[in-house]
Parts: sequence; structure tokens; C-alpha cells
Amino acid sequence: MTQWSGYLGLILQGALVTIELTLMGSVLALIMAFLAGMGRVSRFFILRAIATAYIEFFRGTSIFVQLFWAYFVLPFAGLSLTPLQAGVLALGLNVGAYAAEVVRGAILSVGREQYEACTALNLGRWQGMRHVILPQALLVMLPTFGNNAIELLKATSVVSLISLADLTFQAQVVRSQTGSTLMPFLSVLITYFALALIISWGVRTLERRMARGLDGVRI
Amino acid sequence: MDWDWDFVWQIMPTLIQGVKITILATILGSILAAIVGLGIALGRRSENPLVSRSISWFAEFIRGTPLLVQLYFIFYVLPDIGILLPPLVAGVIGLGLHYGTYTAEVYRAGIDNVPRGQWEAAKACNLNGRHTWTHIILPQAIPPMIPALANYFIAMFKETPLLSAITVLELMNQAKSVANTYYRYIEPMTLVGAFFLVISLCSVVLLRWLEHRYGRIER
Repeated sequence: MTQWSGYLGLILQGALVTIELTLMGSVLALIMAFLAGMGRVSRFFILRAIATAYIEFFRGTSIFVQLFWAYFVLPFAGLSLTPLQAGVLALGLNVGAYAAEVVRGAILSVGREQYEACTALNLGRWQGMRHVILPQALLVMLPTFGNNAIELLKATSVVSLISLADLTFQAQVVRSQTGSTLMPFLSVLITYFALALIISWGVRTLERRMARGLDGVRI
Repeated sequence: MDWDWDFVWQIMPTLIQGVKITILATILGSILAAIVGLGIALGRRSENPLVSRSISWFAEFIRGTPLLVQLYFIFYVLPDIGILLPPLVAGVIGLGLHYGTYTAEVYRAGIDNVPRGQWEAAKACNLNGRHTWTHIILPQAIPPMIPALANYFIAMFKETPLLSAITVLELMNQAKSVANTYYRYIEPMTLVGAFFLVISLCSVVLLRWLEHRYGRIER
């Protein structure tokens, strides 16, 4: 019995690494999403081109390839990353590209009259974006962001293949030490599912909180 | 970082071997996902609450957990209960099941989009349940969802590198083995990335065409 609790401890350690990766990856993804998403609706051709290239590149190649590239090829270019850094970088940039399209779609979904109202109130482009457009667009983005965060959580399992000790990695460790297969993999699956449920619950709560005071605004 | 074209030509045949397996896995996985998705979508409409409830929980669970762990589960746990699968078959089952839960949502939307009048007309013409589905509902529901289905099949294609983790000799695994033999990561990894990028850029064109051809997808 004590043996099993030891193995459960290993899996919990893995869960901590997975949570850490998910949080850090999400922060990077969020930053990239806003940079690239606003870049796509920019007035300047060059910004639009850069943002489009970034999005197409990271959505076009798989997360797995990006991670391996970051971990194995970048050192040859003189940039050595720890597995954690490579993981956060690849996850954040990959999911950021998907979320950027969400940001773009949400900004475009805000009605024309809102933009006209900004002009009428003599707000600058940036002021209008900050005070009028984004607060409304954010609410549209939120549910899809939640889905993206769950995709990111699921994608973190890939980092086990570059020897980062996350949940999936620990499941393999337990499997190779005990020879038991059902226990480690089932408990890890359940842990992932629980984490996904927590994310979707958190996003729903946040959505309700942010929708407060926006009654009557078209969503 | 120096790029060696001779080395590229030397490893090309091996990589092409991998590409074949990658494409094979994608096609088989897509077929399975299309069938599983339809099964889940129909199962969730079942009148027996026990069936519909348990199927939707099962689908939720599969969607909330990483494909990689599911592949490990199929590959390592099933042999313990006497089901020994070759890696490629295990991989295809994993891909098909995982993406089946996504395509199920597409089917659901497609089926819900068939106007009520069609159901009533089928009843008025005295068609039984099976005939209603095969002759009235599905022929109208499926064409509009082809672009959305194709979208998931392309997403699946980008996840096939995960199969390398359960020893399927697809593109990523071939690239890794060449990289480990010659200790040159730049060319194999970059080629894998380039290959995925080219295929997904081509598939964007295909997707546009499908959307044009089968049009009227709901937004």
C-alpha cells in the first residue's frame, strides 16, 4: 500500500509540472494571440504580413515538430533551451497562433456602429480599441479561449517526449517500474480530465463575471 | 548551423517511406473517425437516457484527455487483457476514436440543421426509422458538413507525429532515427516541418474548394 502511495506521489509531481507548463504556455499564448490578432487587423501592410506569416506557419506545422525543432535544432543555432523553456515556447507560440484567429474574429465581430461611435466621440484608434472595442470583443473570445486552453493542456503531454517529467512522463516511469499498465495510465487520464473540467469551469465563471453590467449589449 | 544538401538527398528515401505511413495512418484514421463520429452522434440522440448519457460522458472524457496518453493506453493496457495490436492499428484506432468525438459535434450540427419539415414529411410518407435516416436526413445533412469534417482530418494529419511515440515508423520517427544515426538534427527536423507546412498549405486550397463546392455551412 505504501508503495502505491509513493507512485501516486510521482504522478502528483507530474501533475504539478503539467499545470506549470499549462499556465506559462497560456500566458505566452495570450500575449502572442493579442499581438498577432491585432496585427491581422492593422492598418499597416507589413504588420498584417508578419502576423499572417506567423499564424500560417504555426498552424501549418504540427506542435510536435515545433517542439522537436525548438529542442533539437535551436541548439545548433547557438540557442540552448531547457526542456521546460522549449516546451513553453513551442506550446505558447502554437496555441497563440490558433488564438490569434479568435482575437481577429472577435474584433471583427464588433459592430460597425461601435467604430463609428468611437469616431463620433473623437477617440483615437488606440483609445477606441482599448475602451470600446476590446471590452466587448473579450467576451466573445472567452469561450473559445477556454477551448484553446484545454487544447494547450492536452498538448502539454507531448513534452514528455523531450524528457520533461510531466504527467505522461511519470505514467511511463510508473509503468516501467511496476509493470502495471492500467493504474498509471487510467489515473493520468482522469487527472487530465479533471484539469480540463477545472479550466472549463473557470472560464465559465470568468465569463459570467465579465458579462455582468453588459446587459443590453449585443453579444 | 550549416545546411547540407547532399545529406538531404541521402535521407530523402527514408523520409518518403515515413510519409507513406503518415498518409496511410491519416486516411485510415479519417475513415474510422467519420464512422465513430456518426455512431456517437446517433448514440447521443438515443431515446434511452442511459445510452445517450453514457455516450456523451465517454465522448467528453475522450475529448478532455490528450491523444498521446490515449495512444499509450491502447498500446500498453490492451495487451494485458489479451488484445495485442500492431502499432499502426493501435495508432489508427487512437486517432479515429479521438477525432471521432470531434466529428460527432459536426454531425450533430449537421443533423440539427435539417429542417423539421423533413422529419415530418418522412413520417407522412410512412418511412420507418432506418429509411428516414438513410434516405432523407443523412443525404441532406452530410454535404454541408464536408468542409468541417475535412478541417478535422487535416488537424488529425498534423497529430500523426504522435504515433512515433508508440513506435509506428511514420515520418517523424524516420526523421528521428536518421537524426540519431548521423547526429544531424537540422535537416531531418526542418524537412519534416517543411513537409507538414506544404501539405497544410495545399489543404487550405482544397478546403476553400470544398467550401465553395458544398457551400452553405452555417456560421
